[in-house]
Amino acid sequence: MPQEKTLLRIEGLSKSFPGVRALDNVSFTVNEGEIHVVMGENGAGKSTLMKILAGVYRADNGRILLDGHEVRIADPLEAMELGINLIYQELSVAPNISAAENIFLGSEKSRFGVVNRREMNRVSGEILSRLGAGFAPETIAGRLSIAEQQQIEIARALNHRSRILIMDEPTAALSERETDRLFEVVFALKERGIAIIYISHRMNEVTRIADRLSVLRDGRYAGTLDKAEIRADTVVSMMVGRSLDDFYRHDISTHIRPGVFAVECISDGGKVAESSFSLGSGEILGLAGLVGAGRTEMSRLIFGIDRKTSGRIYLEGTEIAVDSPGDAIAAGMGFVPEDRKMQGLFMRMSVGDNISMNVLAGLARGGYLGKNAGENYARALMEDMNVRAASASVNVESLSGGNQQKVLLARWLAIDPKVLILDEPTRGVDVGAKSEIYRIMGELASRGVAILFISSELPEIVGVAQRVLVMREGRIVGEIREKTEISQENIMNYAAGVKSPDYQYRKAEYTA
Amino acid sequence: MKKLDHFRRSSLMKSLGILPVLLIIIVFFTVLNRNFISGGNLTNVLRQASINIVLAAGMTMVILTGGIDLSVGSILASSAVISLVISLDPVLGGFAVPIGMIFGLAVGLVNGSLIAFLGLPPFIATLGTMTTFRGAAYLIAGGTTVINNSLNFAWIGNDYLGPLPWLSVIALVIIALTWFLLKRTVTGVRIYAVGGNVQAARLTGIKVWKIMLIVYGASGFLCGLAGVMLSSRLYSANGLLGQGYELDAIAAVILGGTSMTGGMGGIFGTLIGALIIAVLNNGLTIMNVSFFWQLVIRGIVIIIAVVIDTLRAGSRAFNG
Repeated sequence: MPQEKTLLRIEGLSKSFPGVRALDNVSFTVNEGEIHVVMGENGAGKSTLMKILAGVYRADNGRILLDGHEVRIADPLEAMELGINLIYQELSVAPNISAAENIFLGSEKSRFGVVNRREMNRVSGEILSRLGAGFAPETIAGRLSIAEQQQIEIARALNHRSRILIMDEPTAALSERETDRLFEVVFALKERGIAIIYISHRMNEVTRIADRLSVLRDGRYAGTLDKAEIRADTVVSMMVGRSLDDFYRHDISTHIRPGVFAVECISDGGKVAESSFSLGSGEILGLAGLVGAGRTEMSRLIFGIDRKTSGRIYLEGTEIAVDSPGDAIAAGMGFVPEDRKMQGLFMRMSVGDNISMNVLAGLARGGYLGKNAGENYARALMEDMNVRAASASVNVESLSGGNQQKVLLARWLAIDPKVLILDEPTRGVDVGAKSEIYRIMGELASRGVAILFISSELPEIVGVAQRVLVMREGRIVGEIREKTEISQENIMNYAAGVKSPDYQYRKAEYTA
Repeated sequence: MKKLDHFRRSSLMKSLGILPVLLIIIVFFTVLNRNFISGGNLTNVLRQASINIVLAAGMTMVILTGGIDLSVGSILASSAVISLVISLDPVLGGFAVPIGMIFGLAVGLVNGSLIAFLGLPPFIATLGTMTTFRGAAYLIAGGTTVINNSLNFAWIGNDYLGPLPWLSVIALVIIALTWFLLKRTVTGVRIYAVGGNVQAARLTGIKVWKIMLIVYGASGFLCGLAGVMLSSRLYSANGLLGQGYELDAIAAVILGGTSMTGGMGGIFGTLIGALIIAVLNNGLTIMNVSFFWQLVIRGIVIIIAVVIDTLRAGSRAFNG
């Protein structure tokens, strides 16, 4: 084992914002050529810490030492000059210009004020090929996939002679294959002696790449684990401050009435091949598959968001016409989309208005709403869902991710749904809120709601779903009917094509 | 809870919005010229603001959905000309006012349809109708000014209800109605929802096309009303009427703190914004400032007022 050399030492960093102590006396070290994972619930202070290192914020107290010398990082430019680069969750790639121009953004090569594109392309080409990128530096960035755009950002950091690369949930938007590709890049960077601070929520990828793992909790440092000590239950208990036995396991047993909801031969003529399945009331049906397998696309067809080329939908034994979300809602269906900020919430509107949006017309008399009608209506549901907000009239924007998600769930509870489609309901949500969302799902199922549960996190599918369908390349390829058979391995075998498709749709008779 | 106090204070400042700026400008003019604050002059200001208030009310709804309506001046002109032409007709004369307003509504619905059904960006759609109906106004007026000295609806522009001119009364009623629509009806909440997040609005079953037809229809209808008001005041109408009014209406909305990206703002701010513009015009005219300088000063005040507003609202609290 080579001698480990401490590259970055953080001592007693604290940072307060009005009313919030975001970081409280945090200390730890990062070695040269190590992948140092930082974990913590949302709001634990990870982002604040990273933004201090990247010069976006300034710490109130504490020291940052690079190579043993104290450094002051006043702004992002100074951070870059010191070799610290932060790759944000939201990529900062300009889609309208070339990869090379993006890599040199802000430090364009020029001669007498004239941009030297040839030189920029040459240098970019070298860096990109070192990263194993499969595209030319002249390519317009907007035409590239998210993973490739990420490579542009990494290339930009390398171009700045980065020594410490901070990555904030870099795999959040990547497919399995793209994630593997990214890890290869990360390992190559590590070989070159670059330290990588890697923020993630995903346990399974953390165990793959971490050399060491530090945990933050409520703005405080909760400890560091060496590679050998990293185990899911240890990390989770460090993150939440209490031990969670088999966190994902939720034995939900409900009375299932089969065939309440059925979808037959639904297709969009492209990404979703003619697919059929049925769903019982009180049942939580997991829909698993790799990113891009067509799960979201299929659920959007079912809910009438996108136009279907074929397919019939049955609710309680009768066929229903669903040509728009309005039709779906009228029939008693609810849909929590995967991207709650872009597709779900009205960020600048109050919690109350967000919750009551689907039932507003019912709250009104002839279109007239009383004062704060939405807020008043929402209060009971907020309590039901345990939404933590100062009041129903605060903006949704000010809530944490988990509470925002509970607001969305509450919106659909308001219509008293018969069928609820949940697309990645726990994405970007902290551990505590996750467990609450599972609990809510169980309660809904025991009330007789039929739930289609789409998730890319296998542990939660295994823990929560009572039956699982697996999609691959636009088709349903497998079904796991017995709870005891539901395992990550069985699901992955279908999802990755190891096991050949053997799914057969059996029409479940509905009896009223 | 320190954070909560901070929150309350900043929301109070926000709801006051641009009102302090209006008060400062009023005090400024009063100090320079005692006549400014007289009842007669204030009535004047309110009357001068009335047309812009009516247009800006429609513009507020449009901008709340994240759109823009450039055609308001042109719809005003063609509605005004049509009302005048109809008023000269011995048979239809009595229907001049409703016909002018219905014409405005119809053009507004055309805007709404182009945006809702053909998916045109609002800027492009209303730029097209702005040019089209400017031309139409000239054509209907036959290239000249249509005059009716015995106009049957002259009372709208020239009579009073108690101490207030009818023009101002109408403007204030429109403000009240718009406030009611935006804050107390389902349609109002949906206007904010569509402006805040159109994708999410679709997923909650909101018929976005319907909201578009409502806001652009309402804007057109209010342009028709404004056309009737202006032609009634002048006893005449021509193709030149209302040129550049869209910019005054937009300025009033922006001054009032409504976000150009949609989903945030309200009609009360717009009223204050329109009054600021009217007070500036009136005060500078009383002080014998030349029209050219008035334009310069107005532009600068708009920029300064919005900068102050952005700085105040922009110091946003930490989240996450």
